[in-house]
Amino acid sequence: MIAGIKRDHLRFKQIVKGKIKRNLKKYITQGEMIGRQGKDYVSIPIAQIDLPRFKFGKKQQGGVGQGEGAPGSPVGQGDQEGEGSKAGQGEGKHFLEVDVTLQELAEMLAEELELPRIEPKGHRQTESMRRRYSGINTAGPDSLRHIKRTYREALKRQILSGMYNPKDPVIIPIKSDFRYRTWKNVQVPENNAVIIYMMDVSGSMGDEQKEIVRTASFWIDTWIQSQYKDIDVRYIIHDATAKEVDQNTFYHTRESGGTLISSAYRLCNEMIDREYPLSDWNIYAFHFSDGDNWSGEDTKFCVEMLKEKIIPKVNAFCYGQVESRYGSGQFIKDLLGFFKEDEKLITSKIENKEAIYRALKDFLGKGK
Amino acid sequence: MIRALSPELQKAQQEILELARGYGLDCFETIFELVDYDEINEIAALGGFPTRYPHWRFGMEYDYLHKGYSWGLQKIYELVINNDPCYAYLQMGNMIVDQKLVMAHVYGHCDFFKNNMWFSKTNRKMLDQMANHGTRIRNFQDKYGVEAVEDFIDCCLSIDNLIDPHSAFINPAQQPGLLSSREEAAPAAEVKKLRSHRDYMDRYVNPTEFLEKEREKLSEQAEKERKFPAHPERDIMKFLIDYSPLEPWQQEILSIMRNEAYYFVPQGQTKIMNEGWASYWHSFLMTRHILKDSEVIDFADHHSGTLATSPGQINPYKLGIELFRDIEDRWNRGKFGKEYEECDDIKVKRGWDKKVGEGRKKIFEVRKLYNDVTFIDTFMNEEFCEAQKLFTYGFNRRTGQYEIVDRDWRKVKQQLLFGLTNFGNPVITVNDANFENRGELLLEHRHEGIDLDYEKAVETLRNLHYFWKRPVNILTKYNSQAKLVSFDGKEAKEKDA
Repeated sequence: MIAGIKRDHLRFKQIVKGKIKRNLKKYITQGEMIGRQGKDYVSIPIAQIDLPRFKFGKKQQGGVGQGEGAPGSPVGQGDQEGEGSKAGQGEGKHFLEVDVTLQELAEMLAEELELPRIEPKGHRQTESMRRRYSGINTAGPDSLRHIKRTYREALKRQILSGMYNPKDPVIIPIKSDFRYRTWKNVQVPENNAVIIYMMDVSGSMGDEQKEIVRTASFWIDTWIQSQYKDIDVRYIIHDATAKEVDQNTFYHTRESGGTLISSAYRLCNEMIDREYPLSDWNIYAFHFSDGDNWSGEDTKFCVEMLKEKIIPKVNAFCYGQVESRYGSGQFIKDLLGFFKEDEKLITSKIENKEAIYRALKDFLGKGK
Repeated sequence: MIRALSPELQKAQQEILELARGYGLDCFETIFELVDYDEINEIAALGGFPTRYPHWRFGMEYDYLHKGYSWGLQKIYELVINNDPCYAYLQMGNMIVDQKLVMAHVYGHCDFFKNNMWFSKTNRKMLDQMANHGTRIRNFQDKYGVEAVEDFIDCCLSIDNLIDPHSAFINPAQQPGLLSSREEAAPAAEVKKLRSHRDYMDRYVNPTEFLEKEREKLSEQAEKERKFPAHPERDIMKFLIDYSPLEPWQQEILSIMRNEAYYFVPQGQTKIMNEGWASYWHSFLMTRHILKDSEVIDFADHHSGTLATSPGQINPYKLGIELFRDIEDRWNRGKFGKEYEECDDIKVKRGWDKKVGEGRKKIFEVRKLYNDVTFIDTFMNEEFCEAQKLFTYGFNRRTGQYEIVDRDWRKVKQQLLFGLTNFGNPVITVNDANFENRGELLLEHRHEGIDLDYEKAVETLRNLHYFWKRPVNILTKYNSQAKLVSFDGKEAKEKDA
């Protein structure tokens, strides 16, 4: 019976990778698994294949929930697939309330998207030594005594030698019972990284588009953070002019007016020159917009700036084009037209929330 | 790999079984097997049946369960199969208190499987049957190729919700129309005679042979026009098995898939009751009899985890156990019947206690006769909805999120029942196998306010076309406008109907 499921599993993985049964490729969706990070719940993408069936459209369908709240208060979306027929078997699945560290999240993401580890630019290869407490030894200083392990040894010895009395469970450790924590020296690369996010906040970028940018940047932060010791994150918003803002403003402002992408690129370039000397920093620039620019003239100017100034300095320049009802989506075509083979310029089209994971794979999948 | 239960677990099993019997639970013999964490993921991925036909979707389930477990996000506590004997799996290395809880819970399920009438038609030797299905399909794979068989199964799964959940209870002999339709000839149309001005000329103008020929033509015409099937049919899987141009092996696979789909129907129909009943009994037996003082905290932790609620979703364990307890309390205190219903003093109603003591008897009756729809419809009332803080929610286009809409108990009930009816699947029938007189297939979606997902509908039509080999159509509504969506083998079309 074991061989059976292993083969089914292998087959499933091959389908997801597009090696067999290509006709199913269009049914692959990003399912999710919910983990918790501090107070927040995060969804970890996990590939699923959703065979088509006659189903109700999702958004019209409400549901029943349980708990506090007045009419109008938002409900955490429980993803009501309404798949009753599958639910059978009296199978008690239990979602555990465990905290996931950012590091673990990054690893899950990497495993799911098969991300390569980042090769830092060879600016500064100094590495510092760090102590990691990872082992147990029979000798060591008292300050590192491991009380639980010591107790366990003593308990074992007393039971074995018949000195343990369950009615009066006194455990007295002797010298050979003591256990101490030991450490290993590990090398930690001392690389620093900065992420510069730029976003178009002109009238055409709605809440849905911003939600996409927010989700994408959460995962980008998480991943890059797991690869570097320190990261700086900077935020630039632009319509016809660009300015630096804090994180909150970045995600929540809604400006209106025209769009001059070059304004953001100019500010980004100045920021790099002023604060992030190339010898010390790995620089990542991300730009999200709906692909509308004021004029072809400005686009030409952007391309020049990218080519001459920004791209030579950064590890990667990523452009994510978020689909919006109003945007023409021209910019990505222009970029691709000018930079055909530049490895450092990565573009991705993000049509909807489901496409975020693919975009992440595009952005981070090259190991830059 | 099957391992014997440890003496400690065997003792616990015996003890729990006797307790359960003492309270009137009536179970099939139940066999517990110890499995490790990965084996339980494997078995769960296979829907509880260790030997099934090979298919990638079990691998997909496994992938999900395995990752969830290894990332520490979820684990499976119990797994039980409706079969005689019942099989249930215990995960090795769980605390003994967890194992006892699971056993008590499992006996609740077994009693339910055996006694609830909606399970009365299920195959109790399904374990063997599933294994046979596996063998059949492996043989087909050897003969016709893995890819071909798997592709065909994919198509079958795409329509495995197009069955009639009640068909097990319908006696075909009593079904109106099915038998009579054949004999009931279409009203014989009058044969048009050629005109003759004189009566005596008639037999020369319209000789008998001529009239006979005309009559034949007419009845042929009527035969052609007669609708097939005579009445809209919900068991579309069966319809396709009987009437679509399939190879014999394809026909057999389709009936295997249909058979398995029907096996799982009662579990879907009674999810809330089944989990509620099992939770009621594990809670009762554990707290009254089984728990040791030192185990109380771990039990409470596990129990509350099982019954935890979240705003966006109904937890069937919670809803079920609360409703069973509520019914028990109402029948213990005599809170039912004319006198109670007609009382409109809320204070009197709250304090109502006629010391009837019928509660336990009542819930046993409920577990025998009801399914989720009738259970909710009959017993969910205003006080219950309020105490359980139930609400309806919907999608707000303006804010782009799901929001609480209403706490009115009637609306909650209606919404809940809607979601349970046909397992939250749209009701679809096959209406005509000779649509447009061109051998096309016509399905109809009984629209009850919610549109079908268009993309998925088109893809499903594509798969239906694979069976029918002629264009397939479905009559439905989008934005209140009747639409006919068609797939002709190449492309999908949509037009007003």
